[in-house]
Amino acid sequence: MLSTLYAVLFYVATIFLIVGTGMKVLKYARTPAPLKIPVSPAPRTRAGVVMRMIREVTYFHSLFRSNRWIWVFAILFHYGMLLVLIRHLRYFTDPVWWWVALIQPIGVLAGLAMLAGLLGLFARRIVVQRIRYISSPSDYLMLLLLIGIVASGYSMSLVDRVDVLKVKNFMLGLMHFQIRELPMQANILIHLGLVITLMIVFPISKLMHAPGLFFAPSRTQVDNARKFRHLTAWANQLPPLPDAIPEAGEK
Amino acid sequence: MAPLDKKDEYGPFDNVDQVFEVPKLACGAMADTHTFEAAPEHNEMLGFPGELLPNWKEVAIAKMGELAEKNRAFKVYLDTCVKCGACTDKCHYFIGTGDPKNMPVARQDLLRSVYRRYYTFAGKYFPKLVGARDLTKEVLDEWYTYYHQCSQCRRCAVSCPYGIDTAEISMAAREILDSVGVGQKYCNEIIGKVKVTGNNLGLNPKALRATLDDLEEDLLDDTGVEVRIPLDEKGADILLITPSADFFAEPHIDGLLGYAKVFHAAGVSWTLSSYASEAANFGMFIGSYENMREVSWRIRQAAKDLGVKRIIFGECGHAWRVAYSFLNTLAGPFDFLDQNYPIPQHILEFTLDEIESGRLKIDKSKNDDYVMTFHDSCNVARGSAMGREEGGQFEVPRKVLRAVCNHYYDMDPDTIRENTFCCGGGGGLLTDDLMDLRIKGAKPRMTALKQVTDEHGVTHMAAICAICKTQFSKVMPKYGYGMDSIMSVHQLVSNAVVLDGGNEDTAEEPETEESK
Ligand code: SF4
Ligand code: SF4
Repeated sequence: MLSTLYAVLFYVATIFLIVGTGMKVLKYARTPAPLKIPVSPAPRTRAGVVMRMIREVTYFHSLFRSNRWIWVFAILFHYGMLLVLIRHLRYFTDPVWWWVALIQPIGVLAGLAMLAGLLGLFARRIVVQRIRYISSPSDYLMLLLLIGIVASGYSMSLVDRVDVLKVKNFMLGLMHFQIRELPMQANILIHLGLVITLMIVFPISKLMHAPGLFFAPSRTQVDNARKFRHLTAWANQLPPLPDAIPEAGEK
Repeated sequence: MAPLDKKDEYGPFDNVDQVFEVPKLACGAMADTHTFEAAPEHNEMLGFPGELLPNWKEVAIAKMGELAEKNRAFKVYLDTCVKCGACTDKCHYFIGTGDPKNMPVARQDLLRSVYRRYYTFAGKYFPKLVGARDLTKEVLDEWYTYYHQCSQCRRCAVSCPYGIDTAEISMAAREILDSVGVGQKYCNEIIGKVKVTGNNLGLNPKALRATLDDLEEDLLDDTGVEVRIPLDEKGADILLITPSADFFAEPHIDGLLGYAKVFHAAGVSWTLSSYASEAANFGMFIGSYENMREVSWRIRQAAKDLGVKRIIFGECGHAWRVAYSFLNTLAGPFDFLDQNYPIPQHILEFTLDEIESGRLKIDKSKNDDYVMTFHDSCNVARGSAMGREEGGQFEVPRKVLRAVCNHYYDMDPDTIRENTFCCGGGGGLLTDDLMDLRIKGAKPRMTALKQVTDEHGVTHMAAICAICKTQFSKVMPKYGYGMDSIMSVHQLVSNAVVLDGGNEDTAEEPETEESK
């Protein structure tokens, strides 16, 4: 019964995640940027912009320069999560890909890094007056959600062992549109429930920062406005202005 | 000039080593700083409703939606902020006032909270959870107050991991305000003047010519050479577009004399235009593409009318951003100009070329009385570029300065180049009714200046922006500097240039190998 419910929720969440995010991204891509507004240090070539974005994505270059503490926690969290996500691929592949198998041993560490990053970010949100001022309930909840996911994940090996093979079987079943049994233990149900929540809120929350990063004109535009015009469709339809100077008197 | 040891409430230099200590939040500290609103006729001249519309709320909400459709930056920036806080301590107005609503992200949130309420799922159904709120008259007033405490300097954008540019949000907010009939007096009046007379000062061609005649006389007295400042001369090669402050204000004028001397020494033919006698384009400050385009268009018309081959811009920060980054888009294509030169070109690019090629004779010792530093103007530093190399907007002015004076020191690296602090008067805030804000906003820059004064004996600061120059000459005295401690870069060039046949020229070395 509960397994069926989870299966359905997983499908729904996946659709939300993919379609919702896809629609938003399409919207970003289709919204015109009427002027060239790259912010310094602005590359003058496409290749330069690609390099700039690689720096931003791989080690959060701007954040590194602007706030070291947030940077440390953000790196711990994001890289921890990346490894944890890769590690989780073993629940979706049979046989497990060799490189996924390879990183299994560092999974525990990666999870800890993720947790440390999240707790650090949470602490800053409470302790630093400025950040407390700008925080809404959703900002705390988002961190709590992620902390909950990590904690319930750990509890499956530390508190109440869950038969992960059964979980894997459930996941593989989903991928073949079959509903198989989940272990009926609170921690795995909570873990999966929180993950489903995360997937659903992704497209309607600030988690859109991940794809949004690639659409920020200030970072992604090439600084070449003197060479190339940058006329958007709506700007092109503005009423034409005369090339000749109007006679004195008329306007 | 040594700083006076005068202290007042703005003289915070007891703790220079804790220069950029982040202030404690002072909620509401600037809530009453509400710049004058424009009179109906000034709003109407710009195509906006004269007074607050009866259905302002619907119009404002619709405008917000329209901007989200028309401007990717607006849409993406409203969505992607994660409230990380990296930008919170980067704004000079926050550092100077401690008002939390002057933290960039909080400034964005004033509008984001309303956008969320009407345009996002979470804000429609769970407003409390995501900090969404209804648009009310109080909110509208709050927008007006705090979006006119942002100089659109983009320092926050450099610091944000997602490149979120509060300047874009401020411009959009001002456009929304204008569209419901709440314009700012200072900006809207000025744009109106440009539309009528061609410049921010409302100066007519006759008065302008008379001013230039006086300046030519000064030049002759000074140098013994007939250096011309041509106006409306058809067939000249170069059209110089310069902020109208260069015709009247100090130290701007000295910069204009510098351009004239450089052009004279270079032997090029050039002219000013009375029709486009303004480089500034306040259309940018109010976020109005249409107004910005209309003001820019005058430059195209003047260039065509005069039949020039090149366009060069004088020293002005936001004007150079509009020129470098937008002009081609707004008023191009400039296929009728000589394609061998950048279109448009900055006067510093021109001067540096002249210096590097050895055509300009320089006597650096003429500036030995000054120990200089350079204030990177925010719009030049973060919204435009110069020269052939990336980062030219930082290097070109410094190269020129080093070529014309012997004593030069940079300020703290966190306060120059792309990290530079706004002068405190940019973005349409250079009005007397915001003087308190302007003085407080200048604090980070003044603190950094004080450091180099203490360490290296720096006496003067050069800038390449008309707004910076006016702002500093007003606020520097509050921080213990003389009002003439701010200089135009071309003022220093002007001092050092040696003109053939000039007064002193013959007295010194007659040989011509001064081009080191
Ligand atoms: S740095 Fe950017 S993402 Fe972080 S709070 Fe400021 S605007 Fe938001
Ligand atoms: S653009 Fe400049 S003035 Fe405006 S919020 Fe950002 S740092 Fe402050």
